[in-house]
Amino acid sequence: MTSETGVEATAGAKHRATGRPMSTGRAGDRIFSGAARGSGIFVLALMAAIAVFLIWKAIPALQKNEASFLTTEEWNPNAIPPKFGIAQLAFGTVVSSFLALLIAAPVAIGIALFISFYAPRKLTGLLGYVVDLLAAVPSIVYGLWGLYFLSQHMEGVSKILNTLLGWIPFFGGSPGKNSIFTASVVLAIMILPIISSISREVFLQVPQANVEAAQALGATRWETIRMAVLPYGRSGMIGASMLGLGRAMGETIAVAMVLTFVPGINIHLLEDGGATFASNIANSFAEAGETGRGALIASGLVLFVITLVVNMAARAVVARRKEFV
Amino acid sequence: MSAVSSPAKRTPTLGSVSSARKLKDRLAQGLVYVAFLLALIPLVSVLWTVVGNGIKRLDAQFFQFSMNGVSGKDAGGGAYHAVVGTLEQVLITSVIAVPIAVLTAIYLVEYGANGRLARLISFFVDVMTGIPSIVAGLFVLAMWLLTLGIMKEGAGFAGSLALAILMIPTVVRATEEMLKLVPNDLREASYALGVPRWRTICFVVLPTALTGILTGVMLAVARVMGETAPLLLVIGFTKAINTNPLEGPQGSLPTFIWDQASDPNQNAIDRAWTAALTLILIIMLLNIAARLVARRHRPGSR
Repeated sequence: MTSETGVEATAGAKHRATGRPMSTGRAGDRIFSGAARGSGIFVLALMAAIAVFLIWKAIPALQKNEASFLTTEEWNPNAIPPKFGIAQLAFGTVVSSFLALLIAAPVAIGIALFISFYAPRKLTGLLGYVVDLLAAVPSIVYGLWGLYFLSQHMEGVSKILNTLLGWIPFFGGSPGKNSIFTASVVLAIMILPIISSISREVFLQVPQANVEAAQALGATRWETIRMAVLPYGRSGMIGASMLGLGRAMGETIAVAMVLTFVPGINIHLLEDGGATFASNIANSFAEAGETGRGALIASGLVLFVITLVVNMAARAVVARRKEFV
Repeated sequence: MSAVSSPAKRTPTLGSVSSARKLKDRLAQGLVYVAFLLALIPLVSVLWTVVGNGIKRLDAQFFQFSMNGVSGKDAGGGAYHAVVGTLEQVLITSVIAVPIAVLTAIYLVEYGANGRLARLISFFVDVMTGIPSIVAGLFVLAMWLLTLGIMKEGAGFAGSLALAILMIPTVVRATEEMLKLVPNDLREASYALGVPRWRTICFVVLPTALTGILTGVMLAVARVMGETAPLLLVIGFTKAINTNPLEGPQGSLPTFIWDQASDPNQNAIDRAWTAALTLILIIMLLNIAARLVARRHRPGSR
C-alpha cells in the first residue's frame, strides 16, 4: 500500500489542485499549520498546567499543616490539627530508587553489551524484543507478582544478606518480606529495559573506526569494549541510568503493593516497612478527606519536581552526546 | 581476533594473547552472558506465575459477570465490568491523544524546521515521557474533579484524560520517527505538481507513514492499558457494570486487580491473577499485532 497510495494521493491531489485557485490551498495551509503548531504549544501548556494546578490545590492544605512539611516524618493530614511531612516519603523514594539503580544498571549495561557485541547477529532483533517484553508487563502485574511470589523468596535472600552483612546498618535489623529491599528488586526489574535499550542505541553510534583501530592493535573483545565502546558511550549510559532512576522514583503500584507501611524512617532496608511518595498517594487516597487530598497533591508536586529535574538532566546528558557525534 | 589468539604458545610472539588477558576476556564474556540470563529470570517467572495462577478462573463466567453482589470470599464473580471499562477508557484515550500527538509530530517534522519552538516542544515531549503516572492522575484530580467540580465520584472519562497525558509523548515520538523516514522525493514530487503543503502532508506523507504510526499507536495503547495509578485516583470504584464513561464510577482491569489483590481471601486473589492474565493477553495481542503491521509495511522501503 505504501508507495501506491502515495502516488495515487499525489495524482488525486494534483487533480484537485489544478481545478482550484491556489488561494484556497493557502487558507488550508494556514489552518493546518496552525493546528499543528497549536498542538505543539498545547503540549507545552499541558506541562505548565500540571505544575499550576498541583501548586494551586496544594497550597490550602499546606497552610493548614501544623507541622513542617519538609522535615516531619508522620503523615496525618486527616487528623485535627492536620500534621504531615514528607521526610519519610522522600527517604523511601530516594533510597529505593537508588538501590534499584544500583542493581539494575550493571545488569542492563551487560544486557546491552551482550545484544550488541556477543549475541549472534541474526538474533539481535529477537533478543532486543525479549528484553522489551519486560517493559510491556504492566506495573500492576509486577506488583501482584512481587507481593505473592517474589516477596516469599526474598525472605531467604534477605536473611543471608543479614547474616553476612548485618554489621552494616543498612543490612541490620530483623529481615522481613515486604521491605524496601524487595521493592527495590521489583523496581530494578522494571527499569532494566529502558536502561538497556538506550545503552544499546548509544553503542550503535560508536564509530566503527574506533572499534577497528582497537582490533588492529590486537585487543581482545573485552579490551575493544573497554577501550573503544565504554568511553564513547559513557555519557549515554549515565543518561540512560538517570532516566531509569526517574522511572523508579515515579513507580507507584508495584511499590505500593510490595511495601507494608510502617511509620517512621528506618535505615534497616531489609526490615518490613517504608513508603515512597507515589506508594503513599496510592495507599492513602481512599481515606483522604479534603485536606488529605491537598496534602497528597502537595507530595505529588514534590515528586513531579524531582522527576522533572532528573529527567531534564538525563535528557541534557543524552542530547550532549548527540552533538558530539 | 579469536582465530589469531587460538594457538597457545609458550614464547610470546606477534599475535599471541597472554593468558591473563585471555582470562579477562572470558570473564567479561561470562558476566555479560549472566547479565542477559538474569533478565530472563523475572520475565519467565512473571509469565509463569501469572499463567499458572490465572488459568484457574479463566472461564466463561469470568467474562460474563461483574462483581455486583459478590464479596471477596465468594467464589464466582467476574471482570466483565472491568473489561468493558478498560476498553472504553482506552478507546477514548486514543481518540483524545492520537490527533494531538500526530499533529504535534507533524509540526516537529514538517513545520518546525528545528527552530526554537520545535526544539522546546521536542525537549518537553521527552521530559513528558518521564512524568510519573500518578502525577498525571493527581493533575486530572486537581483540575477536573476538584476545580471544575464535575464527576465528583470519578468517571471513566476522567481516567481517559489522565491516560491521554501519558499516551501523547509516546505517540509523538513514534510518529516523528516515521515521518522522518518518508523520503523527501515524495514531498518534492508533490510540491512540483503544485499541491499545497497541507495536502501534501495529508495525502502523501501521512499515508506513506500510516502503518508505522499505527504500530506506534498500538504500542502506546498497550502501554497505557496497564496503567493503574491514575485510574485509582480518578475513575472511582464500583463492582457493577457501568457502560457510561461520562457518569459515575467505572471499573477497569488494573483497578480490579488492585482491589482483588488487597483482599485476603483466596477466591479474590485468584480473580486478581486471572484479571492479570487477561490484561497481559490483551497487551501481548496488541504487541504482536503491532509487530505484524510494522513488518508488512515500512516507509521508505520502496
